Amino acid sequence: MAETPTTAAPTPEMVNVTINGTAIRVPKGINVIEAARYVGVFIPHYCYHPKLAVAGNCRMCMVEIGEAMFTPDRQPVLEANGKQKIVMQPRLVIGCNTPVKEGMVVVTNSAAVTQAQNAVLEFLLINHPLDCPICDQAGECKLQEYSVEFGAGASRFREEKVHKPKKVDLGPRVMLDDERCVLCSRCIRFMRDIAKDDCLGIVERGSHSTLTCWPGKKLDSNYSLNTVDLCPVGALTDKDFRFKMRTWFLKESKSICTSCATGCNTVIWSRENVVYRQTPRSNDAVNECWMCDAGRLNYKFINDPNRLTKAIVAPASLPAAGKGSGAGKDAGATSYADALKQLGPKLRAALANRDSVAFIGSARATNEELYLFAKLAKGSVSDCVPRSWTADSFLVKADRNPNSAGAKLLGVAAEPMGSKLAAIADGIKSGKIKTLVVHQEDVTKHGIAAELLAKLSLLLVIDFKQTATTKAAHFVLPGVTFAEKRGTFTNAKGRVQRVWPAVSLDGEARPEWEIFRDLLRELGGVDNHLDIAALFADMAGNVPAFAGLTLAKVGDEGVQISVS
Amino acid sequence: MKLERPQLTLAERLYVPAVLSGLALTFSHIFRKKVTLQYPEEKPVIPPGYRGQPVLVKDEEGRVKCVACQLCEFVCPPRAITIKPMEYPADAKHAKVEKTPAEFDIDMLRCIYCGYCEEVCPEQAIFLRGPYSVSGLSRKAMVFNKAKLLELGGTLPDPIKKWKKK
Repeated sequence: MAETPTTAAPTPEMVNVTINGTAIRVPKGINVIEAARYVGVFIPHYCYHPKLAVAGNCRMCMVEIGEAMFTPDRQPVLEANGKQKIVMQPRLVIGCNTPVKEGMVVVTNSAAVTQAQNAVLEFLLINHPLDCPICDQAGECKLQEYSVEFGAGASRFREEKVHKPKKVDLGPRVMLDDERCVLCSRCIRFMRDIAKDDCLGIVERGSHSTLTCWPGKKLDSNYSLNTVDLCPVGALTDKDFRFKMRTWFLKESKSICTSCATGCNTVIWSRENVVYRQTPRSNDAVNECWMCDAGRLNYKFINDPNRLTKAIVAPASLPAAGKGSGAGKDAGATSYADALKQLGPKLRAALANRDSVAFIGSARATNEELYLFAKLAKGSVSDCVPRSWTADSFLVKADRNPNSAGAKLLGVAAEPMGSKLAAIADGIKSGKIKTLVVHQEDVTKHGIAAELLAKLSLLLVIDFKQTATTKAAHFVLPGVTFAEKRGTFTNAKGRVQRVWPAVSLDGEARPEWEIFRDLLRELGGVDNHLDIAALFADMAGNVPAFAGLTLAKVGDEGVQISVS
Repeated sequence: MKLERPQLTLAERLYVPAVLSGLALTFSHIFRKKVTLQYPEEKPVIPPGYRGQPVLVKDEEGRVKCVACQLCEFVCPPRAITIKPMEYPADAKHAKVEKTPAEFDIDMLRCIYCGYCEEVCPEQAIFLRGPYSVSGLSRKAMVFNKAKLLELGGTLPDPIKKWKKK
């Protein structure tokens, strides 16, 4: 889930508190829930979220607090054993809205606290429909978890439950079940304070309180699916994920979103090599714990059954560009090793005249791939395809390529990106450029039409799916998506972040860095990059921007480098 | 160590009394009630609660009781169960229940008849019932689909009516 403990940097000002008998110094100003995390004590809560304003309405985080006793003239009152007497407050307080102060004593496991937690859960469950078998939240539901850990275990309620609207269509991507709602108001606060689109509210009173959209409004913000992550129960569910798969089957793999240059940290949830959803992963330096809906839902191409899994060699009568089109998926399919064997001499011959070769790289590739691609393209003209959409003031960047910064740093992209594409098209038209190497781009959509591609004497395409460009190619080598490889991306702000494989490789498809390495070997280079860590180390040694870095140092949350 | 062999009596050494007592027992069975069944022409009476083939049941309204929660798929030790859930269309008779299995396959070549699926089911939708003789001519025929499992299970009246009030 999106929520993680905030690791507040230690400020100079610390206070001494005692939590369940453990004395500890914690930063001044944090609340009791956060302070308790420092000693490994978990205080259950529904409405509190570290990134949202405190509402204090769920009453789940009740704790006992107290402090040292003093006489009216401020003399400490001592007990018989010489210790200072502690006086507890007679009433419980909520942990989320109680900042720690010097000398505070917190108790979270007393009989009074347990009783309060029990009572809160009993009230929450009174009108809960208990439809866990059909609820998508089952398995990651705070109501289930706290009931097991803090609940009474049985219901004493014998009356008719209050019925509220079910299957409420809140917006294009979010479904609401009001009966499951615990009225924590996290979604309301998120939409109001973070997404800046105040559209949700609670109407009616008492047991009939109902979450709803304001009249005439829809929950259609590009950040609406974060409310689904925030919802501690199954009230808000993702329409895309609804009823697709139970959460306990899903494998969580760390990754980053590759839909724009922000590079939000994500978790990919997959089962048996099928990706079911993406959720944001907390990283305060990039996306806190949010991500946009467009990026989140942009994973379906990973599951496409028509992905390339074999190398393709167009019929022997080269040049034969265009012949592969219209044929089936497997037309001309051959083994990767065979394709490489046939391709090697042709590529060597073509590269004898560097001016007759052009390279179009991908700003959606990893740094390591771009590094090797730049080695391949050295001495020839190379560029990447720019891609943009509408930016917003929160997370979405105008640049849709996840690694434009890397493509520029590593010398694959021109400045500005895409400025050499027209020159390459002209070169092909005039017959000056006879060989084109394309990575993961459908260049027919970016100014190099299929008729132009037909003029080439050698077109090598590395991609994970069939496009108009692969259909015109003489050689196609099967690559993979970001969810199947290891590597790093550099985001718009120059943060280098890692991706990990979430699903396994299919057929002969392989990470492109392996393909580029094999091509370099075919060309006579002595590139012995057997694994990605060695490749990264080589890149760090040769590219000043990455100097001193290793793949391990990049870690889960990335490191900042300077991009000019 | 010296081994003490038992000393046999004269009758034991003759063997004849032992052979005759064995024959007597054999012949006495001719006059007793027969217990052998002529299977497969004759079938045994299966007692209630017998843990045979897993089946799916419907309630008296004809609703498939399974809501595709996939707990049986999760708990199944040999991973014999595969479920594909779907949402009831808005105009369906039981649209209130929201979720139902689109496909429900049990690979009977994998099933070990442990009964965990029945035990874990929160909807009382899957039972291990009487059918015990499971055979087929191909591996594919041994994967029982939803229709087949429902046909085997039939209707089981539901005293709780859990979804009536939803």
